[in-house]
This record gives sequence, C-alpha cells and structure tokens, in this order.
Amino acid sequence: MFYRETGQFKTSYAADQQIFPIRQDRIGIGILLFVAFVVIPLTAGNYWFNAILIPFLIFALAALGLNILTGYAGQLSLGSAAFMAVGAYAAYNFQVRIEGMPVLLSFVLAGLTAAGVGILFGLPSLRIKGFYLAVATLAAQFFIVWCLTKFPYLSNNSSSGVISVPGVEILGFRFDSPQSRYLLVLTIVALLALAAKNMVRSTTGRAWMAVRDMDVAAEVIGIRLMRTKLLAFAVSSFYCGVAGALYAFCYLGSVEPDGFSLDLSFKILFMIIVGGVGSILGSFLGAAFILLVPIFLDIALPWFSELLHLPFDGATVSHIQLMVFGALIMFFLIVEPHGLARLWQIGKEKLRLWPFPH
Amino acid sequence: MQFFLEVMIGGLLSGVMYSLVALGFVLIFKASGVLNFAQGAMVFFAALSLVGCMEKGAPFWLALPLAFGIMTLLGIATEKFVLRKMVNQPPIALFMATIGLSFFIEGLAPMLWGNEVRRLDIGLVDEPIPWILDNWNMVISKFDLFASGLALGLVALLALFFQYTRVGRALRAVADDHQAALSIGIPLQHIWALVWAVAGFVALVAGMLWGARNGVQFALTFTALKALPVLILGGFTSVPGAIVGGLIIGASEKLAEIYIPPLLAGVFGGNFGGIEGWFPYVMALLFLLIRPEGLFGEKHIDRV
Repeated sequence: MFYRETGQFKTSYAADQQIFPIRQDRIGIGILLFVAFVVIPLTAGNYWFNAILIPFLIFALAALGLNILTGYAGQLSLGSAAFMAVGAYAAYNFQVRIEGMPVLLSFVLAGLTAAGVGILFGLPSLRIKGFYLAVATLAAQFFIVWCLTKFPYLSNNSSSGVISVPGVEILGFRFDSPQSRYLLVLTIVALLALAAKNMVRSTTGRAWMAVRDMDVAAEVIGIRLMRTKLLAFAVSSFYCGVAGALYAFCYLGSVEPDGFSLDLSFKILFMIIVGGVGSILGSFLGAAFILLVPIFLDIALPWFSELLHLPFDGATVSHIQLMVFGALIMFFLIVEPHGLARLWQIGKEKLRLWPFPH
Repeated sequence: MQFFLEVMIGGLLSGVMYSLVALGFVLIFKASGVLNFAQGAMVFFAALSLVGCMEKGAPFWLALPLAFGIMTLLGIATEKFVLRKMVNQPPIALFMATIGLSFFIEGLAPMLWGNEVRRLDIGLVDEPIPWILDNWNMVISKFDLFASGLALGLVALLALFFQYTRVGRALRAVADDHQAALSIGIPLQHIWALVWAVAGFVALVAGMLWGARNGVQFALTFTALKALPVLILGGFTSVPGAIVGGLIIGASEKLAEIYIPPLLAGVFGGNFGGIEGWFPYVMALLFLLIRPEGLFGEKHIDRV
C-alpha cells in the first residue's frame, strides 16, 4: 500500500538519474545504513562480528568483484580466490617492507597489484571466451597459489608461506576490537559497493553488458573489446584484491596460500549464482546465503539425526554440506537463474500493486 | 638422454590416463554442447562404486557391470533432472550447473560408500617390465603400459562405434545440429541419456585405472581436473585431440617437474617442486593465445 512512486515527479535530470529514484527505496537504504553503522555496532556480540558479519562483508566484496567480471562483463572466472591471495600478500608486503606505510594506502596498492595481475591473466579473454576462459583462469588459480608458497620473498621468508599481518592502525587509532574492525570493513565495502553501483550504470557498465550479451555485436557498434574486457578484469581483480587484504588484515590475522584454494573460488562463484548474476544487491544476498547455509546445517543436522535416529559424524555433515551446495546451485540455475536478487525484485513489483491483482 | 627418455615415456603413459578422462568430456561436449565439469567427480564416483561393490562381496567381473549400471543411472538422472530443465539457457549456465553437479556427486559418493582411502586391486602391479629394464636399462611400468593399451583400445572402440553404428551416426547428427537431428526423427532425449551413460562408462574405466594406481580417494577429482588443459590443447570436439593433448600434457608436465625446479633453484634458491600442479594450465593458457580452437578443434565462427 505504501510502496508507490505515484506523485514522485522528477523535475531535473539529476533527480531522474539518481541511484534510488523511488523515495521509499531511499528511506529503506537509509534505515539499512543506519542499522549497519549504528545499531549493529552497539548491540551485536563478538561472535556475530567475528564469525558472521565481518566475513559476510568481505565475501560480499569478493562476490561483487566476481559479479562485475562474470555478471556484467560475462567473463567466467574460476580464479577469484587467487586474486584475493594477491591482494592479501601485496598488502602484507607493502605494510612490512615500507616503513610508515598507511594501512589504507596499502589496501589500495594491494587492489592495484591484484588489478595488474588480473589484467595479465585477462589477456587470453581477448581471444577466447566461455569455458575456455574458465580453464584459463584455473591457470591463475593454481599458478598464483604455487608462487606464493614457493617464493619465500613474497611471504617475507616465513615457512610455507604463512603470513601474520601486523595490526591495523589508522592515524594512531588501533583497530583491535571486533566492533572497530567491523566498522572499518563496512565503510570500505559500502564505498566500493557504491562505486560499483555507479560504475555499472555508467558508460563503462553498459559497455560491459553489451560485451556480455554479444561481443561481436558490441564490437560492431563501436565498443573497444580489448579495453572493455581488460577493464572488467582490472576492476574485478581490484575488488577481489581489496577483499583479500581485508580477509587477511581484518578477519583472519594470519593466512596461508592454501587458504585461497579453488574451493574458495567456487564458493565465491556460488555466491553470485545464488545471489544473482549481474546484480550488486545479489552479491550481498548471495554472500549471506552461502555463509549462513553451513551454519544452518550445523544446527539443523544434529536435530535431524536425533529425529531419525541416525548417527551423523563430522564427515557426514561435511558431505551433506557439499551435496546441499551442489543441489542449491543446480536448483537456482534451473528455477531462478537470476538468483535471490531477482526474487527480491519480483517481491518489490508485487508490493507496488498490492493489494490489487493488476 | 636415457633419463630424459624414461621421464618422457612415463609422462606419455600417464598422459594417456588424462586422455581417458578428457574423452568423457569430449563425448558429452560433442553430443550436447555441455562442458561437463562433473566428469572428474564422475570418475571418483565410478571408482568408489566399483570398490564399494567389491567390498560388498561382488567379484571383479560382477562389480564392473554393477558399477556401470550405477553410472548409467547417474547419467540418466543428470539428464532428466538437470539438463533437460535447462534447455535454452546459455552454455555458461549449463557449465555452472555441472559445477554444482560435481559438488553434489562429491558429497554423494562418500555418503554412499564411505570416505576412507581404499585400494583397488585389479590384478596388476605397478612394477617395471624386466625385459626393457634388462635390454635398455629403462624403467617402464607394466601397469602404465597396460593402462595405455586399454585406453587406446577404448578410443578405437568408440571411434568405430561413432563411425559405423546406427546409434553412433545419430550421435554425430545430434552433435552437428540439435534441431536438424530432431527434425529427422532422432530422439534427442534418448541420445543424451545414452551419451551420459557412455561418458559414465569412460569415467568408470578412468576411475578404475586411476584408482588402481593411486588408491580410490578424493584426490581423484583433482587429477581429473587436469583433463581440462588436455581439452584445450586438443580441442573440445575432437576424440583424437583428447589423446594427443593428453600425451603432450602428460609428457611436458613430467619433464617440467624434473627439469625446471633445478633451474629456478639455481636462480632464486629454495625448493620449487610441485610445478606439475599448474604447468598444464599455464601451458594451455599460452597455447590458447596462439591457437584458441585447439589442435584438432573446429574453427569457431560467430554469427551476429
């Protein structure tokens, strides 16, 4: 009843082109940001910050990166975890090797390093596409993780490539408590998500979508393929790189190359499939969903096993997890290829008409 | 030189095993245009089913058809519940669905058969052939030789099947053009179910050989991933390509593993083993830059 745009007249181009043209959406996002920035830090406990909120935001950022590449520019990548690894290790090296390096600057540099590596591995995309490219990005996945393990310089000569990051300190304030780390991650993710949202509705984003839908046709209408595709790789890897840096600095504290395995790449891919391929909101929904499913299973399975009098051990639970993930992916691809974001959109459409049928 | 030859032959022989997995990919890709990422999981599932049947007391000659039956069921179920529902979706969505499928199978297989590492005994031992060892002083594994013989036999059989049988002709027609095949009365759904069954059979043979060599374990799925660069080298649609690609990948990765780490260690110091893990992929990547359609693949023409 109240979700209507009736009477909201746009009298300027700026008003017409704003991100949220409907007033109720603006109010909604305002409330969401208020909750995220003010209510949650005041109320949530440490478990929530450490185990759910911080990883959720970081994975959402990585999913956002992959979504830009796969969802908007149509280039399937199975190497997002490797680009996260590049970000994590680059940030670490900038921090450790350069005296007095500001943390935020090292995050940006880490993102840029990842972008450079991304461009390098994106080069084949100029000649190949589809699953050929997916296999090519597997090369990035395996090669980068191997490099990080085998070149001691990259991990400052630590054994088997494990790095322990120094604490995060900005302008003399140490981000030690979970709340403060959460706020730092939230700020970065919110800013980058805003940037992504604006990017995908600009010329760049439209060019990406044109390339995704049919690259030959895009080339014919004057989009420079090489620039567009490589830009998508660069931006996507930048996001993944920053996510990786945050993963190391604000979430785990110490990471090893094997932590950024193919499984993590798949997890991020699943996030965008479940959340919605080609949707900013979808990256967040998907990250939340994929993170919450294992937690839900951990709680639900013992209950089930009691109900059915079947003993479930740890291995069985992990197998069931794999099966549930696989089944979910197939289910979403069959039933709703545009993911949760599309369901949300359908819900909004319904709400606009409610309580009338048409 | 002798050592070089020995490494290379060992590589070539293990390359045949990659070809075997790649063959499964090619079959499904040719007939339905789906790159079946789950082929690796199917190899794992097939090997586990075989071992599982044997543990339940079935002799080898009975366990083999049983496992084949299970693989056929799996293939038909996949076709019926996943692929049939996804017609008209872009190939990349199908590809992602098979990634989901591979997760599903990787969870299902140990649920059914247990997840400990098992030995699979098919009556062959991994020991050098004495005659070659005596005359040329080279270590060539009996097992590898048998495996390659079996793989080559399988390929020949498949080639004959595709070329000379009624079903094979129908398969080729479907591979060429779905709609045209449908319009001349080829039952598309039967054909697809059949292709999945054949791919399941190939997976079973591959799983049997890999399992007998390295034990039946989860790592089989990673080994099967190596078939992807093989496909890129050989081309996605070519059966001989899968063989040649497998040979190239097998030989080059073993040679790289032996000869590159000392070079790197000479420059940087330290231990650089494990090149095998990524070398095939990087090679495939570089190869793609030069010849995107693969050695034997068909040139891809885009229509706007």
